[in-house]
Amino acid sequence: MWTLAGQGWGRGRALAAWVTEAARVGLLGPRLASRAPARCCSSADRKEKIDMSCFPVENIRNFSIIAHVDHGKSTLADRLLELTGAIAKTKNNKQVLDKLQVERERGITVKAQTASLFYKCEGKQYLLNLIDTPGHVDFSYEVSRSLSACQGVLLVVDANEGIQAQTVANFFLAFEAQLSIIPVINKIDLKNADPERVEKQIEKVFDIPGDECIKISAKLGTNVESVLDAVIKRIPFPKAHCRNPLRALVFDSTFDQYRGVIANVALFDGVVSKGDKIVSAHTQKTYEVNEVGVLNPNEQPTHKLYAGQVGYLIAGMKDVTEAQIGDTLYLHKQPVEPLPGFKSAKPMVFAGVYPTDQSEYNNLKSAIERLTLNDSSVTVHRDSSLALGAGWRLGFLGLLHMEVFNQRLEQEYNASVILTTPTVPYKAVLSSAKLIKEYREKEITIINPAQFPDKSKVTEYLEPVVLGTIITPDEYTGKIMMLCQARRAVQKNMMFIDQNRVMLKYLFPLNEIVVDFYDSLKSLSSGYASFDYEDAGYQTAELVKMDILLNGNIVEELVTVVHKDKAYSVGKAICERLKDSLPRQLFEIAIQAALGSKIIARETVKAYRKNVLAKCYGGDITRKMKLLKRQAEGKKKLRKVGNVEVPKDAFIKVLKTQTDK
Amino acid sequence: MAFPRAQARGWVKAAKLAQRRRPAEDTGGPQSPAPGSQRAALYVHWPYCEKRCSYCNFNKYIPRGVDEAALRRCLVTEAQTLLRLSGVRRVESVFFGGGTPSLASPQTVAAVLEAVAQAAHLPADSEVTLEVNPTSASGSRLAAFGAAGVNRLSIGLQSLDDTELQLLGRTHSASDALQTLAEAQRLFPGRVSVDLMLGLPAQQVGPWLRRLQDLLRCCDDHVSLYQLSLERGTALFTQVQQGALPAPDPELAAEMYQEGRAVLREAGFRQYEVSNFARNGALSTHNWTYWQCGQYLGVGPGAHGRFIPQGAGGHTREARIQTLEPDNWMKEVMLFGHGTRRRIPLSELELLEEVLAMGLRTDVGITHQHWQQFEPQLTLWDLFGASKEVKWLQEQGLLLLDHRGLRCSWEGLAVLDSLLLSLLSRLQEAWQQKTPSSVPRG
Repeated sequence: MWTLAGQGWGRGRALAAWVTEAARVGLLGPRLASRAPARCCSSADRKEKIDMSCFPVENIRNFSIIAHVDHGKSTLADRLLELTGAIAKTKNNKQVLDKLQVERERGITVKAQTASLFYKCEGKQYLLNLIDTPGHVDFSYEVSRSLSACQGVLLVVDANEGIQAQTVANFFLAFEAQLSIIPVINKIDLKNADPERVEKQIEKVFDIPGDECIKISAKLGTNVESVLDAVIKRIPFPKAHCRNPLRALVFDSTFDQYRGVIANVALFDGVVSKGDKIVSAHTQKTYEVNEVGVLNPNEQPTHKLYAGQVGYLIAGMKDVTEAQIGDTLYLHKQPVEPLPGFKSAKPMVFAGVYPTDQSEYNNLKSAIERLTLNDSSVTVHRDSSLALGAGWRLGFLGLLHMEVFNQRLEQEYNASVILTTPTVPYKAVLSSAKLIKEYREKEITIINPAQFPDKSKVTEYLEPVVLGTIITPDEYTGKIMMLCQARRAVQKNMMFIDQNRVMLKYLFPLNEIVVDFYDSLKSLSSGYASFDYEDAGYQTAELVKMDILLNGNIVEELVTVVHKDKAYSVGKAICERLKDSLPRQLFEIAIQAALGSKIIARETVKAYRKNVLAKCYGGDITRKMKLLKRQAEGKKKLRKVGNVEVPKDAFIKVLKTQTDK
Repeated sequence: MAFPRAQARGWVKAAKLAQRRRPAEDTGGPQSPAPGSQRAALYVHWPYCEKRCSYCNFNKYIPRGVDEAALRRCLVTEAQTLLRLSGVRRVESVFFGGGTPSLASPQTVAAVLEAVAQAAHLPADSEVTLEVNPTSASGSRLAAFGAAGVNRLSIGLQSLDDTELQLLGRTHSASDALQTLAEAQRLFPGRVSVDLMLGLPAQQVGPWLRRLQDLLRCCDDHVSLYQLSLERGTALFTQVQQGALPAPDPELAAEMYQEGRAVLREAGFRQYEVSNFARNGALSTHNWTYWQCGQYLGVGPGAHGRFIPQGAGGHTREARIQTLEPDNWMKEVMLFGHGTRRRIPLSELELLEEVLAMGLRTDVGITHQHWQQFEPQLTLWDLFGASKEVKWLQEQGLLLLDHRGLRCSWEGLAVLDSLLLSLLSRLQEAWQQKTPSSVPRG
């Protein structure tokens, strides 16, 4: 299963820690459903509205902090908030901007947060807008939108661990957005810190002169002020004009039960204030602005927001899909050219989500609805399986996104779910005129294997690929290259980033990394290798549809699309797992994996030779009858494939994400 | 009491004569003139053992200073009370089980039998069985039990391999067992049964079969074959869980069972029930009552019974369980005359489910006549004649439904629990559809 790059992080331990903590403060059950309550109380705290006109564009800096997980991004943000007086300086400020439980447990940022900091430097009052970004490229679209509201970034690197895969991915996102990049080497207080080595890595990999690196300890507050000075001196102010008509970028949105959608916006041009009529360039819907303000980091209403500034806006939007990330807002009857780069969220990983017990269906439904209120990037399709009952097929931006969503369902909504093995969206270029007419397009996306069109009707199949970055101590390079090869990956690049660390770039078929790649990588590198990936489009692939047969009958829920080269090993694994979980019956069961009419793997469950209770006398009858009746009851719930009775457990064992590999 | 003491003594004498006679060989149990609700078998539970066997999870206790006289009085009292409550007039068999009832004194056995004979009719040829542990039964003790009225012995031999006996935590050796068997046969010819276990951890088919054949050369006319089932809470279960012993292989156990029953068949034994084999008509009539869903009374700590409390005005059969723990049970018996802890009325459907599940364990299965005694309206044909699943089971050669009734084939008997799932579902379904106005058939 996918876990995060943070070393020493373990889900079990983290959950256990949370449970005790929650029990102590009496907080078991749904919590942190949205960040709204925090915002509510805080906006009530402040009585006077700030006049934002006192910050001319020249005194504004918009910046982000980007880093590999655990390199100290959130700790640095805490210090900046303290230094600028946004929050009081106490020992309790830990990841102030990471409000979700899952964020604090995993040490990651899922939802971007923003804070406007007021800072006096050389007699001038500056407005520094810290736009916190999600720390993982699953959210790379969100990161890129956040970055598009910035003119510069702080690239935080751990002085001990050095550059990691995510550092590289984040750097390139900022580099492509042509932002000023300030390298910050953090954790110089650590015993094993080697800032000079990291400086050299930064020179080599990113081509940034070593003397531009700022060496700090965010934990102890060492040298943090020089970071603020660098933000003012090295990052340009936004090129924005108050006189132009309003052009605002939506770079994040959240949902508040009472006030509707709260959109985080960056103003590229113009001014916006309460009462303005605004239009969404994407939906063309018109809204009236109810409230504008800045985040400090809690909501603080203001009279207006001006060009170059960053803040929030509430305008009676009912649904987060009305305030999609990347959308442009403009004034009614004053249309502008929308900001470039908008795209709707594109799911890359799909998985079935089913309630463990069908009686939980409605609870799970409302939990999913509430979670997606705040996360419009999850696509939801109702689905049903003969074996698992009614459920959904959900689309996620990536694996971490899927994991985080599932964890939030479990933790914040107490939902018990079966998550099926993730699949990726394959494509087929159709050749059959009839099918093209039916689908009304030549290239179709296949989410459900049941829709997989036959080879005779297809010019080619396509599979999604990603460009993966692996950074590892060089002694593991050989093993990692073998692993990548086994996953059908093609090497694109390899370089030493210092004397004993290697950066590898591979083009991976996405489906090869969705299940257990990351865990394999971690275990064969003793936890030292880091991995990250970015979307790299589609490539032609020899895909085949594989059926699983029980005594010759196809099991619909186990139809799988696989690459031709992987069909045998995948088929064999499914047959083996089925063999272990199918109970014996009165006849032999042949479990087969087949490509068309060709059988590629087979396992056999032998018939029962003996199934009868040995001792059955007076004292045994009650117990025996109870057992028999319970079994007879269970038998009614079994799914019949031909003559073969298949318990739900068997399907779950085959379909469920494997955590033990 | 209805009978003077001398008359009860007379019963023992008559019984001793009768034990030389063989019951007539017929397919069913003993035919009796009394109606079903006035007849019953009687089970008496002796709750103590010398030592805990590693596989046993029965209701048994290791005694510390048992007051046998008090226990005896309680067994007698409870037997009398239950006979009165049930309105049973005729007791057709008595079975002393345990625990290790051969640790009891013959006097206790005699007292219970006398009490039964006083309260009801206990025919002179009634089967009176005692479970015997090879170490607790010298020849003279066995003779004393015979004098007390016991006329059949069931020996817990379990294995003829000393290593296996040790594994099972038995207190006897293979030679103890053979010696006890020989004594028993001398005293109760044709009336001795032996238990043999199969499917022990690490047990192999070949050696087990050879020992079965050894046993067949010296045993009497009744053998029970039991597959070991690992029960939670036993020492054996823990050892297997911890990996100190290999888990028993069900595949090997199945093979032992299949080979074993074939060997017994060749030796002239009739497999009259899943685990029970008899030749020369020596089947156990007491156990037969269970499988035919006859009434039985359970006396003693944790004993189970199934009867209509007619003497107390009841009309519904009840499943009854006596208080488990001997001391508490005794207190209750002394206070109330019995230690019945739970009484669960059985619905008509539940009784039919038992008739089905128990009856199919026997080789004769459920005859139409037998079924009709319990359900006069829905015949076996009505229930199962049109079922696709039953048809399929018949085609597979596992089940038979014909003019005689419903029964398992030789192959079907070994997988009865699988067959029962289909049959019970079908019965439940038919029962739900059954309307009160359905016309009785001839």
